[in-house]
Amino acid sequence: MNDSKQTRKFPFWSWFWFIIGVLYFILPLYATLDFSLRMERGVLSFKAYERAFSDPEFLRTFGYSVILALVTIIVSILITVPTAYWIRLRLPEARRIVEFITLLPFVIPAIILVFGMIYVYSSPLKFPFTNITLMQPLTTFTFGTDILIVGGYMVLGLPYMYRSVDTGMRTVDVRTLTEAAQSLGANWFTIISSVILPNLRTALLSGALLTFAIVVGEVILASFLGVPTFGPYLFLLGQHRAYEPAALTFTTFLLTWAAMGIIQLVTGGQGQTAGAH
Amino acid sequence: MTAKILSPAMSKAPPSNWKNWIGVIPFFLFAILFLFLPSFRLFAGSFINSEGHFTLENLLELFTQPYILNSYWLSIRISAVTALGGGIFGFLLAYSVTVGGLPRALRPALITFSGVASNFAGVPLAFAFVATLGRTGFVTALLKNLFHLNLYDSGFSLYSFVGLSLTYMYFQFPLMVLIMAPALDGLRREWREAAENLGATTMQYWFHIAMPILLPSLLGAMILLFGNAFGAYATAYALTGGALPIITIQIGAQIRGDVLHNPGLGYAMAMGMVIIMAVSLAGYSLLQRKTERWLK
Repeated sequence: MNDSKQTRKFPFWSWFWFIIGVLYFILPLYATLDFSLRMERGVLSFKAYERAFSDPEFLRTFGYSVILALVTIIVSILITVPTAYWIRLRLPEARRIVEFITLLPFVIPAIILVFGMIYVYSSPLKFPFTNITLMQPLTTFTFGTDILIVGGYMVLGLPYMYRSVDTGMRTVDVRTLTEAAQSLGANWFTIISSVILPNLRTALLSGALLTFAIVVGEVILASFLGVPTFGPYLFLLGQHRAYEPAALTFTTFLLTWAAMGIIQLVTGGQGQTAGAH
Repeated sequence: MTAKILSPAMSKAPPSNWKNWIGVIPFFLFAILFLFLPSFRLFAGSFINSEGHFTLENLLELFTQPYILNSYWLSIRISAVTALGGGIFGFLLAYSVTVGGLPRALRPALITFSGVASNFAGVPLAFAFVATLGRTGFVTALLKNLFHLNLYDSGFSLYSFVGLSLTYMYFQFPLMVLIMAPALDGLRREWREAAENLGATTMQYWFHIAMPILLPSLLGAMILLFGNAFGAYATAYALTGGALPIITIQIGAQIRGDVLHNPGLGYAMAMGMVIIMAVSLAGYSLLQRKTERWLK
């Protein structure tokens, strides 16, 4: 009887908190959008967007970020899929240690990670016990910092990538699939590329989109390693411009929306969350 | 490089039990190069003084130098305030869309939005808050025009402790919603019905049944929120440009140039942060495991 009274009563406090929450979500976005449209005095226009998008520096840095994101996603998949697969099939005793490692990025924030990477990789790689230099410090040339930043991004995305891949493998029962493929005479390469990977589409897509969302706006690794990506560009633009950064901020938000929206769609509401604060 | 790392997984393995470990070599190589080596070097470096000898001086100095202590304290305060505020607010929001009696359709919308907002951080978030609560921000202007309330005359500033906390809240409470919504779903209808059949009031149900079950999950989530704010750097740097010396900003300054004039002390400062993060994550997983017993 209490319950029926509850349901008929108007849930005032629930609505109250919900509306405050919605306002908290919406106001900063609305304010940014509103500001970004006011570049021309007295009228609303997309001028700030036109200006921001036509800056060659924007195109260069944004393109760089997108390429880094794609490389990070591909290498992450190449490392996490065989590992998760192998653990499920042959090496269950490694599960605990590997899962522990995939959680470490939560303990080591990006600022500490980049601190450590600079410490390790800013000295040249020497042949042990001699003075013969095998390789210049990775931090001193572009390809070197590219390797470091992709490695760092893989670390930042690792918890999400590994968890989606592992969950994906649990739901499709890789063991049965593998045995079926083996009995039909498929080799390991065929099994992974034409049986396992296609069945992990959803998991891989959500892991990839989360990684994309982390990498495209990332600023800490990029600015300390000196890699010319979108994050540091947006930060610098904010130092001496007003309207263009607002336009790019709103665009970034739409990109995050798109990435998360697709994840929600393909996973049916099992959304994940990442952090690159 | 990738191809070289990956090749062992495909190659033939020697016929013994340990051969199975060869399959995970690429993963461990990656973890060693980009996770263990950097953290181990920082750890080792914090025990070395400027002359290159072993010392415990750096670790002791963490607790004696006011410059460093203040930074830790500021970071801890801001993380605690936003974890508590974001935690309570996020819980109330999660409550409202799960068992709070709001229309069902609002739930997926709120969850998706929380997913987006908890990922919307760093430089764009700082800029969005400048457009909202900055000196000429949208809400600042709105309050001035509607209520003749000048926020900045009344002592508020976006570039202060309160302002940064409000900004952090934007990624804190959505994270709480994402963690608490499934936990609240786990509260079974039968428990409530059983309590009501035995004559319990709504208050009694919440205080004697629902809260004790949810408490570990609630506390655990807040601890996770604490760590989430504690490790944040980009948002604070983009918003205040280093005017609020939280610990991550001090570490950033140390990386840019040895402002402490002692690299070892910088490494010790970083290790101190990792220890606090590790303790909070351990607390979270411990409490989470406690809840899982009930909410399956």
